[in-house]
Amino acid sequence: MTSIRSMKKQWYDYLWIFSLSYLILGFINIMFAWLGLLCFFIPLIIAIIKGTKGYCSRYCGRGQLFSLLGGRFGLSRKKDIPGWMKSKWFRYGFLVFFFAMFFLMLWNTYLVFAGAQDLKQVVTLLWTFKVPWKWAYHGTLFHPGVAQFAFGFYSVMLTSTILGLITMVLFKPRSWCVYCPMGTMTQLICKARSGRNGVKLSS
Amino acid sequence: MTAVRSKRKAFVAQKDCVACGCCVKVCPFGAIRIIKGITARVDMDRCIGCGKCVKECPASIIEIREVCE
Repeated sequence: MTSIRSMKKQWYDYLWIFSLSYLILGFINIMFAWLGLLCFFIPLIIAIIKGTKGYCSRYCGRGQLFSLLGGRFGLSRKKDIPGWMKSKWFRYGFLVFFFAMFFLMLWNTYLVFAGAQDLKQVVTLLWTFKVPWKWAYHGTLFHPGVAQFAFGFYSVMLTSTILGLITMVLFKPRSWCVYCPMGTMTQLICKARSGRNGVKLSS
Repeated sequence: MTAVRSKRKAFVAQKDCVACGCCVKVCPFGAIRIIKGITARVDMDRCIGCGKCVKECPASIIEIREVCE
């Protein structure tokens, strides 16, 4: 017998507040950018240990934020995403590109740690536009490299938020989820894990 | 007593599914699940073909089809 499921809100339905705060804190003190590592490691840990994409549907604050802005706030056209954006080619291509840029950021951090390069107080948007971000830097108790990573990581997070917002407006609220590199990667991990057990997927 | 059900059901194009779980969140009957983090799957006994998942799916890969019971 079909029965209506309880739609009661859970604590994790409010994680969009965390994501929004994260973006704001980056304007106040760049060192908060380090907190963003949670959004990298938690989905990976869930995928590796549990073999699910539970993070995406439950805990992803960014997805919730897009849902809220595009849904309740009506900031989305709610049109279908173009075919090429959901193709494997684009999704895997974007994952590779995203990681290449991520490693470039790590390399720049390394150069600052090694003393070969000075700390750059800029946030790079869309991997191209260098925005001066001095107001959010108040020195560090640690090595300047720690701050360089914060600037680099916040650039990654802000860039992906901007892309997500653009596709939210143009297409459906959570269009970002289609090509989110973390989502693609956790799905690959899940596939690799269940591939060994030979999962049957047809419904 | 048997419940009168619509003969409309949701179908997922599984090869294009990104397993984000947006459909799971909106289904009022808990009729759709993500299988092993790979793809969504519809429980045909529970699905009433309301189409909420169709609207929600960011990849637009779910459709409602008429089925013979």
